[in-house]
Amino acid sequence: MFQVRIHGRGGQGVVSGAEMLSVAAFVEGRFAQAFPSFGSERMGAPVMAFCRIDVKEIRLREPVLEPDAVIIQDPTLLHQVDLFQGLRDRGYILINSTRSFEDLGLNDFTRGFSRRRLCNVPATEIAMKHVGRAVPNVPLLGAFAAVSGQIRIESVVAAIREKFPPALAQKNVAAATEAYALVQSTRETADA
Amino acid sequence: MELQTVKFYQTGTFTVGNRLLAEDERSVQANMDRTNSLNSGHRACQGCGEALGARYAIDAAMRATNGELIAVNATGCLEVFSTPYPETSWKIPWIHSLFGNAAAVASGVAAAMRVKGTPGVRVVAQGGDGGTTDIGFGCLSGMFERNDDVLYICYDNEAYMNTGVQRSSATPPAARTATTPAVGREPGNVFGTGKNVPLIAMAHSIPYVATASVANLRDLERKVAKAMEIAGARYVHIHVPCPLGWGSLPADTIKVARLAVESGLFPLFEVEYGEITGRTPIRRKVPVTDYLRLQKRFAHLFNVAGEGRVAQIQAIADRNIAKFGLLEEARTHG
Amino acid sequence: MLKQIEGSRAVAEAVARCRPEVICAYPITPQTHIVEGLGEMVKSGELANCEFINVESEFAALSVAIGASAAGARAYTATASQGLLFMAEAVYNAAGLGLPIVMTIGNRAIGAPINIWNDHSDSMSMRDAGWIQLYAETNQEALDLHIQAFRLAEELSCPVMVCMDGFILTHAYDRVDVPTQEDVDAFLPPFEPRQVLDVADPVSMGAMVGPEAFTEVRYLAHHKQLRALKLIPQLSAAFQARFGRFSGGLVKPYRTDDAETIIVALGSVNGTIQEVVDEMRDAGTKIGSLGICSFRPFPLAQVREVLQHAKRVVVIEKCLAVGLGGIVSDGVRNALSGIVLKGHTVIAGLGGRAITRAALRQLFQDAGNDELEQLTFLDLDADLIQFELEREARARRSGPTAEAILRRVGTVASQVA
Repeated sequence: MFQVRIHGRGGQGVVSGAEMLSVAAFVEGRFAQAFPSFGSERMGAPVMAFCRIDVKEIRLREPVLEPDAVIIQDPTLLHQVDLFQGLRDRGYILINSTRSFEDLGLNDFTRGFSRRRLCNVPATEIAMKHVGRAVPNVPLLGAFAAVSGQIRIESVVAAIREKFPPALAQKNVAAATEAYALVQSTRETADA
Repeated sequence: MELQTVKFYQTGTFTVGNRLLAEDERSVQANMDRTNSLNSGHRACQGCGEALGARYAIDAAMRATNGELIAVNATGCLEVFSTPYPETSWKIPWIHSLFGNAAAVASGVAAAMRVKGTPGVRVVAQGGDGGTTDIGFGCLSGMFERNDDVLYICYDNEAYMNTGVQRSSATPPAARTATTPAVGREPGNVFGTGKNVPLIAMAHSIPYVATASVANLRDLERKVAKAMEIAGARYVHIHVPCPLGWGSLPADTIKVARLAVESGLFPLFEVEYGEITGRTPIRRKVPVTDYLRLQKRFAHLFNVAGEGRVAQIQAIADRNIAKFGLLEEARTHG
Repeated sequence: MLKQIEGSRAVAEAVARCRPEVICAYPITPQTHIVEGLGEMVKSGELANCEFINVESEFAALSVAIGASAAGARAYTATASQGLLFMAEAVYNAAGLGLPIVMTIGNRAIGAPINIWNDHSDSMSMRDAGWIQLYAETNQEALDLHIQAFRLAEELSCPVMVCMDGFILTHAYDRVDVPTQEDVDAFLPPFEPRQVLDVADPVSMGAMVGPEAFTEVRYLAHHKQLRALKLIPQLSAAFQARFGRFSGGLVKPYRTDDAETIIVALGSVNGTIQEVVDEMRDAGTKIGSLGICSFRPFPLAQVREVLQHAKRVVVIEKCLAVGLGGIVSDGVRNALSGIVLKGHTVIAGLGGRAITRAALRQLFQDAGNDELEQLTFLDLDADLIQFELEREARARRSGPTAEAILRRVGTVASQVA
């Protein structure tokens, strides 16, 4: 089972991001479970959503306490909320930020992590460019596909097309694929 | 010989009046083929205004719908005296659910008729003042707001009679009830409280609202029949004396009801889509004391301390007369 | 057809395929997505021959359903928590009148203190009203139970409550198999009422019944639920034959055959419990679990059969009988009448507190080591309790309890679970 925890603020599409991730896994024939953790429902409040992916039926119904991947949609949550609780050092971290892990003050924390599993993505900027709205969830899914290899970008695209009406879906597909390509090229550069 | 116009007043029986009318203008009760929707054998008190009003209203509705009517009843006197287990005096499909939900249950029945493809089967909801103005108020307003195709009939005897004459928001000022006893500085129900549901119904701008009285049963029938011609939410509020609760003589029920109308305390009017479209003028105005004196629930007003309060009640009547133009020439009839 | 959709959506699609004729609902978290989904289907025409009515309160919602059902229409509504309480009078009324209404409960805690998250206190508050109560373990089962519920309700002339955990199931995206209209039509025939308001054949419904017959009427209601004990397994078997999977039934035993410790629970927590059972079985512990689906009627014989040979039984309850302890435990003890074994009640998950594998693992180990109290509140913060009791003892005007505790707990946002 692969477990993802997504952190963000109300209004940033945290919950729909987890839902689309589950649809992407479904499209590939796997079982997936996505669910939110609500505090008071208001824009800007810290929000979490979870997604589990497995090849067999998922029976577990607790929050994701030991994520394999943490996706952080809003870096202002860093140092405010324990975003990395339960994340083991083989885990993936994706952060929506133009700043590097070092600039974000996370170098010490991520010392034991595999560098290939850490990724900062300018997801908000990519979303603004293609969709015109500062909702970073879709680009982060594209990035997640690239950094983790857990789902294919084609599945992310399929999930996007299922969720949005055609015109909006097209823009989101562009955002996701740009983020995917960006992360892919960064990794290739790093490998080279 | 010159033709003379003679005004014909009904004075207590329909015998004379009916025979001078065309058949389709006669009272339903004059027809041997009437449904008797509320059949004899029920357990209402002698002189019960509600039993009288219900019988006329529902039979009129049945004639208007060619017998295709379902009745929904709130808990209360009518429900209790009409269905003493294991008997029922209802000849039509009838359901009693709860005290406060008659309007909602009726909305559900109406929805079922639409979805079953029998919209010609109409629905009437009925309740006393308690079940309508108080505990059923929320559901009533909801039914009005949705404009559900339901005729809601309120039988207003101005208190919770079935449970022993307790005060409701329809209880008039100064009336003695078990919870507004005739003791203390202000005996009886407090002035300045109360709810006028016909006016509230008017404020919902529903297709038809009318007040009626058992003093004028033909008018009551006409209003119910008119209501049944209209689709959407409709409300008819009938004033029905309760001899037991009011402390009046069973034989005086219609007389007391007539005095309420002719004093101005119970105005008869009709409203369509929020505008008053008709009212029945008072033929022969009487002072409120004529009405109040016949009821023990107002007896305490006729001692030394009561005079000022009688004047307040007269003021209410006078305000109604002014507001509804009850002493002006007749303007419209349906 | 396989879909990856929200639990609420799955239920909406299942209900839609049951050809409901009148749907009426008042919004309350966490049921909103179900009725919104159905409302959209009606408005778009996808769900035809159906009236969708927006009502002004939950009391009105069930009342509209009562009227519609009495008039011969297949009626459905949904609610939770405070809404269920607000319609309480109508809940008893519908059962007493014998109207086959189906209602979804998106299980949610009841205030005060106000709480929007999951537990079973709402449906438990109506457990004796005469409705059949079924608890879904998964969103697939929630979907399936609604289809079975309409047939069950109409065959018995008894209303049915399908309970599904709020947020945990209602707001979770899961893979579900949504049946075709043809398959549902083959399983669920059109509604043929036992009693109906019909101008061609008038009846009076809702008479007053006095001491001379009230007991008999109530006994017949009880008898009806006893018949449900037979009908529920028959329907789940018929469902399996038609749809190819097992859903519902009275109880679901899991690895209980030689179990020394058996965990009993209702609803979605059974999934987590099964995971822990598997882990402990791998480590050699003889442990199993029993999920109860039909809580009313309570399957005394079936529960007894599964539990009777165990050494200890741990009932995990998402509800609390204040001043007593367990609610489900009462039924379990009843079922085990005459049998001596160790019985434990664990109150867990109240107000949406997560029930974790780790906590359950510890709990089951403690039970196995006979270190578990008879009544336990899982993950209770003893320090917090101590703090509050001391605080209240210091001054008469100690202020609202909930607020004082929250002040001490701190920002919820910083906690994952």
